[in-house]
Amino acid sequence: MPSSPTRPIHLGVDLTDGGAHAGGWRASGSVAPRPFDAARLAGLVATAQHGLLDFVVFDDAFTLRPQRGAALQGRLDAALVSARLAPRSAGIGLVATVDTTHTEPFHVSKAIATVDHVSTGRAAWQVSWSTDAASAAAFGRRPAPDEVDALREAEEAVEVVERLWDSWEDDAEIRDEATHRFVDRDKLHYVDFEGVHFAVKGPSITPRSPQGRPPIVVRADSPLSLDLAGRRADVVRIRATQRDDARAARDEVREIARDAGRDPDALRVLVDLATVVGQDRRSAQERLDLLEELGGDQGGLPEGALTHVGTAVDLADLLEDWFDAGAADGFVLRPASLDTDLRAIVGGTVPVLQADGVFRQAYTGTTLRDTLGLPRPASRYAAAQ
Amino acid sequence: MTTTTADGRPRKQIHLGAHFPGVNNTTVWTDPRSGSQIDFSSFEHLARKAEEAKLDFFFLAEGLRLREHKGRIHDLDVVGRPDTLPVLAALAAVTDRIGLAGTINTTFNEPFELARQFATLDLLSEGRAAWNLVTSSDAFTGANFRRGGYLDHADRYRRAAELVEVARELWDSWDEWDPEAGGAVAHPFEHTGPQFDVRGTFTTPRGPQGHPVLFQAGDSGEGRDFAAATADVIFSAHSTFEDGQAFYQDVKARLAAHGRDRDALKIIPATTVTIADTAAEAEELAREIRLAQVPGPTAIAFLEQVWGRDLTAYDPEGPLPDIEPDFDNQAITRGRVRHADPREVARQWRELADTNAWSIRELVLQLTSRGGFVGTPTHVADEIDRFVQEDASDGFILVPHLTPHGLDDVLDRVVPLLQERGSFRSEYTGPTLRDHLGLVRPGVPARAAV
Repeated sequence: MPSSPTRPIHLGVDLTDGGAHAGGWRASGSVAPRPFDAARLAGLVATAQHGLLDFVVFDDAFTLRPQRGAALQGRLDAALVSARLAPRSAGIGLVATVDTTHTEPFHVSKAIATVDHVSTGRAAWQVSWSTDAASAAAFGRRPAPDEVDALREAEEAVEVVERLWDSWEDDAEIRDEATHRFVDRDKLHYVDFEGVHFAVKGPSITPRSPQGRPPIVVRADSPLSLDLAGRRADVVRIRATQRDDARAARDEVREIARDAGRDPDALRVLVDLATVVGQDRRSAQERLDLLEELGGDQGGLPEGALTHVGTAVDLADLLEDWFDAGAADGFVLRPASLDTDLRAIVGGTVPVLQADGVFRQAYTGTTLRDTLGLPRPASRYAAAQ
Repeated sequence: MTTTTADGRPRKQIHLGAHFPGVNNTTVWTDPRSGSQIDFSSFEHLARKAEEAKLDFFFLAEGLRLREHKGRIHDLDVVGRPDTLPVLAALAAVTDRIGLAGTINTTFNEPFELARQFATLDLLSEGRAAWNLVTSSDAFTGANFRRGGYLDHADRYRRAAELVEVARELWDSWDEWDPEAGGAVAHPFEHTGPQFDVRGTFTTPRGPQGHPVLFQAGDSGEGRDFAAATADVIFSAHSTFEDGQAFYQDVKARLAAHGRDRDALKIIPATTVTIADTAAEAEELAREIRLAQVPGPTAIAFLEQVWGRDLTAYDPEGPLPDIEPDFDNQAITRGRVRHADPREVARQWRELADTNAWSIRELVLQLTSRGGFVGTPTHVADEIDRFVQEDASDGFILVPHLTPHGLDDVLDRVVPLLQERGSFRSEYTGPTLRDHLGLVRPGVPARAAV
């Protein structure tokens, strides 16, 4: 059943490489001399935080980025990037992409839980999977699975990771001097997961984190991944170029959630949006032309995704239009050239959204769940007693 | 400041690490000053305090399964810890110079992911990453992983050695960063060996240190050879002067066989330090800490590991149990090192307790005493310096008993004395951990012409 999104609009920003446009990394100011310096990333997070955005997201994969030239071909481990950026930021969520095909769910669980601890409740996990032969060969452990297998395994991984997050009840640590017990072991639980792809005993080594369970983010770019998102995701990323297509996808993923026994209003469906922002429409187009020239034959803005080339105010109008039409609960912004376009969004688009009453004036809580309007879940093991 | 010792030899520079308190009974949680073992502020305090004192590195251990005793999770010690590498990455944000060392078990990871995680940490910390490589083969820990506990004991070092070899091939597959070109070239890698068969292109640029610093903690002959061939630092357990000297000579002598320089491997054992204004007060304080580390229930649980049966009916302040151990139940404790021959161990313990008229608790206190330095700040500084100048070690990893303030007094009162005598740096001389440890930065190997 269709349902209108509730305010505020949720806005994330993708901080992958130099920006959404292949030429973005060459544009002036978008990339420091050393693109893998933490200082460059910290500056971008500070800008996003200044704009009160919901979260930043870091992409990751086990292959070099295609078509990006030498400067930004490399990748850093996204969970460690999130951890590195946590202590000097506040309010803003830190979404790390972590693979489920070539990793151990136990490691994934404690990595994301630890990002949640060091950020006092601002972590999220973007679930990814690998179907390419190159990643499989780099690990050398198994052949590459097809999408069906990879997604089944991803779903098992989400299940076991969430169980591990719940395996310590919130009040398991008691420090009871009278009996000399540090923990109440009745509040630590074996997860005893036995799936098709792996078995995990538990409990986690890491106590329950501030959010209980950090939000799960899934990119739903295919029918199978939309299914996974409906069943498992708190935040769903969809790609659509037409408003009605986005609305249909949002309705569908909410329906899948309802069929899975979930509350569809507990999902945040966000549309990916690549943007080039200029002082006026002509200068925005000129910036795009420049990026096209810099990018050369390495490709332009992402295909199949909503794009916007225009002023910061135009962008605000576009966001409100899609939001009001029930096409999205929000957006994951992909600035064409990270530094320039992110600053334009924060300086120009956010104030318009605030004036229109559709975006927050301040962070209303301390955790990413607070910002997304999602309740903190109780441990499933506590509820079972 | 002097650059030579009293007998005219060049003065060695001491290397010091700060160990975050672990999840065993060294860490006293019943003390009112005991803080959180999980809040980031605890990690931040120790790392920043250690950096103010110019220590070489901060050290964080790892465990991949909660310990069990009598079929249940062991609840008497601190339980629960964060994931090692994200904590070190977060500490890189609140420190500038101190090295960031962490234990990572190699048994439940592939070389590609470990190499990229450590390269990432080295980049995000601007050259301060160190990896304490350990291995395990027990199915108990393996139950948390898809791989299970599949390694034979003998394969542990073989796998570890080949894993390090692959990791170094991956780190070396990127050329050095070229500021002029604003980039670096990644060359394809290919490795085919008994343990790993991998190929492709590594995703992460070469870190500032070339290779992160490698720590190794094994003490067997195999472990020593592995360290002599491969490691930059040995994290040893030899804390008495004579043992330390013997270990030092043994390990340093093994280096030549691997074509390595004597200074290429640093020997840095763990130790505890207890200081007070007078020697007597320090001894008294050390005894108080030992008593807090071994309360009655902990002493009983320790005995149960060898007795193989429930002994909670016995008084920890009383004599050893009159019943015989159940030698067929040695799996009573899981997730920690076992005793070699329980029959012999039990016999020795009875003899010790009878001879000295020790209670259960006193016996355990004596058995688990880890030595360490006890005395006035001047005495402890003298001792640390003597150990290093006379080649019983190259320094120490300082292990506190309290989280997170347990090293404050040592850093405030002992380290300045070492600095005054010229045995320990007053300022960092370089940006990377390799600089602190005096280790050569490995270059990119020559590539075959294409």
